[in-house]
Amino acid sequence: MEQLLAIFIQAVFVENMALAFFLGMCTFIALSKKIDAAIGLGIAVIVVQLITVPVNNLIFKYLLQPGALTWAGFPDVDLSFLGFLSYIGVIAAIVQILEMFLDKYVPALYNALGVFLPLITVNCAILGASLFMVERDYNLSESVVYGVGAGVGWALAIAALAGVREKLKYSDVPKGLEGLGITFITVGLMSLGFMSFGGIAL
Amino acid sequence: MSDESQSYKELLLGPLFINNPIGLQILGICSALAVTSSLSVALVMSVALTFVTAFSNMLVSLVRNQIPNSIRIIVQMTIIASLVIVVDQILQAYAFDTSKKLSVFVGLIITNCIVMGRAEAFAMKNGPVSSFIDGIGNGLGYSVVLIFVGTIRELLGAGTLLGYEILPLVTNGGWYVSNGLLLLPPSSFFIIGLLIWVLREWKTDQVEESEYKLAPHSRTQEV
Repeated sequence: MEQLLAIFIQAVFVENMALAFFLGMCTFIALSKKIDAAIGLGIAVIVVQLITVPVNNLIFKYLLQPGALTWAGFPDVDLSFLGFLSYIGVIAAIVQILEMFLDKYVPALYNALGVFLPLITVNCAILGASLFMVERDYNLSESVVYGVGAGVGWALAIAALAGVREKLKYSDVPKGLEGLGITFITVGLMSLGFMSFGGIAL
Repeated sequence: MSDESQSYKELLLGPLFINNPIGLQILGICSALAVTSSLSVALVMSVALTFVTAFSNMLVSLVRNQIPNSIRIIVQMTIIASLVIVVDQILQAYAFDTSKKLSVFVGLIITNCIVMGRAEAFAMKNGPVSSFIDGIGNGLGYSVVLIFVGTIRELLGAGTLLGYEILPLVTNGGWYVSNGLLLLPPSSFFIIGLLIWVLREWKTDQVEESEYKLAPHSRTQEV
């Protein structure tokens, strides 16, 4: 239990997807102009991470890793090179299913998230979390916690950036820096702030 | 943009400065920030991305008339993921150290928006040859930024370029005091932010319209 908590805290703060690894930057910068949109996207990312990371964990454990196909009678097969293809396939499929499911059964949530769901397929934070999960060899329960933690961290970061940007638009920024430029520098400063979590050993 | 008469030279050189994927299109930023702490890694990443963009553009363009519109994203993803697997296997075979340093970022080329964005915006509407050249052009536009940031960070942060000592460090008996901030990841944000500033001062048509106009300084009352 303690170890799971450590993984969670580490994924949210110390190894924040957006501010420590810079994953999902494209959507992070493009969609952080309004707080509402940022929070909607953040929730969508948490939900998708919660599902995809454990599913990819199962796929890696029982289909791809060397010797994983022993149960099917192929003990020598190593399919780990198919990893990228399977993970992205799983992510695309799950996003699609989630979209259809929400559309049918939870239309309120679907309308709130609608625009953002398809965008999540190409969010590198999702694929990144699956790849980190494989690299660090998490088991199933660890991967659930890691997925949620990575999602929460990313959501926290985009909500914070959107808050800063909503205030920033009232300030007098040099012409050439307006928009993209100043956002980059803001994210840089936020990321410096998050580096202070770096020394925490759990 | 998608004009067939557009010359190949424009396709190749346009994305370098005028329509730079990182500076203007806000695409593919993730890896640009994370892999630039040393120049050699940035170079490998640039080559890998240019390769993937060029060939995925060409392949998507070849099959563009056969793909049903509703599943085009999946088809593009599959093509891109297969190319990335090839790149990853080559890197693991011939440049194992670099591939370890890049860790998950080779895999993340799949979700690099430059590749997807160009496949979707250009290759779906144009022939294979111009798509290929557009891919190379955008790959180079990305590489220019990556190499620029990588050079600054490695030269000023560690005093070396590609591992060779350029500025002798104080700790090794030289004169250069290294700037540790540049080795930390956030510095790439500052460098790219300032780079965008310079680019926009030069090409003023790229400046974004501000959403709000500030009133000129005015005194509300005499002090």
